[in-house]
Amino acid sequence: MTKEPKVSLRGLYKIFGAKDEAILHHVQAGMSKEDLLVQHHHVLGLQDINVDMQAGEITVVMGLSGSGKSTLIRHLNRLIDPTAGEILVDGEDVMALSETGLRSLRQNKMSMVFQKFALLPHRTVLQNAGLALAVRGEDAATCNAEASKWLDRVGLKGYENHYPAQLSGGMQQRVGIARALTANTDIMLMDEAFSALDPLIRTDMQNLLLELQEELHKTIVFITHDLDEALKLADHLVILKDGAVVQQGEPQGILMNPSDPYIEDFVSDINRARVLRVKSVMEPLTGTEFAGDVSLHDNLESMIARSGGDTTLHYRVMDGDAPVGELHMRDLVKALVPRLSSGDA
Amino acid sequence: MAFYDGLFKVLGLSDWCGAGASNAPMSMADLLAQNTGEETKGEFFPFPSLDNLNESCSGIIQSRDVTKGIENGFLAAKPALKSVLDPITQPLSWLLDGALWTFATIPWFIMVPILVAISYYASRSKAVTGFVLFSILLLGLVDHYDVAMQTLSIIFVCTGISVLLGVPIGIAMSKSDRLQRSVVPVLDLLQTLPTFVYLIPLIFLFSVTESKLYGIAIILYAIVPVVRLTDLGIRLVDKDVIEAANAFGMNARQKLVKVELPLALPNIMAGINQTIMMSLAMVVIASLVSAPGLGVNVLRGIRNLELGVGIVAGIGIVLLAVILDRVSKAALSRVDMTHVKH
Ligand SMILES: Nc1ncnc2c1ncn2[C@@H]1O[C@H](COP(=O)(O)OP(=O)(O)OP(=O)(O)O)[C@@H](O)[C@H]1O
Ligand SMILES: [Mg+2]
Repeated sequence: MTKEPKVSLRGLYKIFGAKDEAILHHVQAGMSKEDLLVQHHHVLGLQDINVDMQAGEITVVMGLSGSGKSTLIRHLNRLIDPTAGEILVDGEDVMALSETGLRSLRQNKMSMVFQKFALLPHRTVLQNAGLALAVRGEDAATCNAEASKWLDRVGLKGYENHYPAQLSGGMQQRVGIARALTANTDIMLMDEAFSALDPLIRTDMQNLLLELQEELHKTIVFITHDLDEALKLADHLVILKDGAVVQQGEPQGILMNPSDPYIEDFVSDINRARVLRVKSVMEPLTGTEFAGDVSLHDNLESMIARSGGDTTLHYRVMDGDAPVGELHMRDLVKALVPRLSSGDA
Repeated sequence: MAFYDGLFKVLGLSDWCGAGASNAPMSMADLLAQNTGEETKGEFFPFPSLDNLNESCSGIIQSRDVTKGIENGFLAAKPALKSVLDPITQPLSWLLDGALWTFATIPWFIMVPILVAISYYASRSKAVTGFVLFSILLLGLVDHYDVAMQTLSIIFVCTGISVLLGVPIGIAMSKSDRLQRSVVPVLDLLQTLPTFVYLIPLIFLFSVTESKLYGIAIILYAIVPVVRLTDLGIRLVDKDVIEAANAFGMNARQKLVKVELPLALPNIMAGINQTIMMSLAMVVIASLVSAPGLGVNVLRGIRNLELGVGIVAGIGIVLLAVILDRVSKAALSRVDMTHVKH
């Protein structure tokens, strides 16, 4: 893959505090977050972040509370200024933008969905959804037409004239998503957009997002602290710890080959059968005798059901119509046990 | 022989003091003592006040010189101050006189419906509107309609100006911590000074016949809450909503008009309610410096011991206070309703 990334972060550092630049060299020399706080009373937000986000993909940034996820996403539209490093959007250096340039970037290239919804309480659902267009100076008719189109799309038809406080949390977040979609920007930033919702509505919203992404192909940066959510949505997964990237890559790969005990911890208690897919455990095609054909994207759970638990079977793996590999049920069962990078149990 | 003679001798200041005997005018106490015929013995150990020290050393000024000095300072600065302040504040006199004239000229059968309409528009409450009508009619019945209207017109003008000046000051304060730090002590001062104290420098600067004299006194006193609550209201606006406004690329003006002011409105309205109530309090006191209205009757009640006159005017003031408070509170709760909180 040699295509230009839509957004890239290069050597990004963020230290919270008055003398951030003066003490940057300590962090670059490897001082830990605790030591920095004790010795210099500055909080380490991010250290040496290098991430490329491809156009049309969902990049999920995951980490525990306080790992710097919100700090990272707020650098993309410069709600927070970095201490050092580069932020490139479409190859353009965001740090070099003037105030008007930055405003135009925020208006035309990026929209954001917030954990706490952050809707305007004194505006109706329709006005909230049309906010981005109104800020750009579009006339009311255009704003309303676009806004009601997207409200419709997220399933809020009929609520246009309600106020946010009259809606449930899930509905408010739909308004938040409609607001971001109405902005019609290439890039969507979502900071724990679904964390405040209960599990059922959350699954709903995840499906809605995937469905929308299917047709819109936006570049989405999604923050979460929930691994299941991350695995469900991610094309590219970035795992943060104490402000640094511990591992990034294709989610199935991270699951199969965790590079760090921290990540093993993370991945140890998810339902691997449901998350892992055939493509992650298949072998190159060599055999000729198969019990049947399966798709690259089937998850392991459905394979176990299909084989009736028989571990001696072999299947041919298909990508559409083309055979691409073979699946041994024995490998599949082994893959269900988390592999430990350190070796000991 | 005064108590502190020894002290100055020890300090070797006798020469500077001017050879003991003071030729300064006698203090009031001395004068009284002289009249009663007995030489002042003085206390055993008098406080080293200016007057007492002066008795031993005429080089030291007397307290009356201090007050005299302040007065002279004021008088010296007066022409300069006046030449600046007079033109700036002149429109206030016109506004006040104009409002007084308007309220007096419009006949009651037009004025009363207008007032009732205003209170209905502001409060959208039949009960409040009914109470307003009842109170005005009651005031009219006891022949206090005219004075009540005078008071009301002064309040309208002064509250209007307070809001016009106070809201922008509050906005500016909320945007700049430095400005806030320097304005807050001034507001504290304005709020803690006893109301009578305002009047003293103003009487020096302006003549008592000018309406702006009491206008300024009322505005200075009443502007404080609207400034404070505008500042507070804007600072209290949800940070998440402001962040969203920034993330969608609003500029400072859009943020102020579309987000901050609407969300701060309940607080600003609470400030305006306080401002109205404080104008009313001050307009009564300002009758000491020729502000017309119900306060004049209260003053008459006090001066001439006309109990009835004073009490009727007092009840009139209470009625006005309740009307103004109810109407502005009802308007406030209406504003609150439009952004229902969870
Ligand atoms: N304005 C700030 N001033 C000082 N420290 C800050 C500031 N904002 C964030 N931090 C610190 O930076 C670190 C990362 O915070 P951040 O909000 O990015 O975490 P997060 O991963 O989003 O956590 P959560 O999941 O709880 O939202 C934390 O240690 C936090 O204390
Ligand atoms: Mg966060």
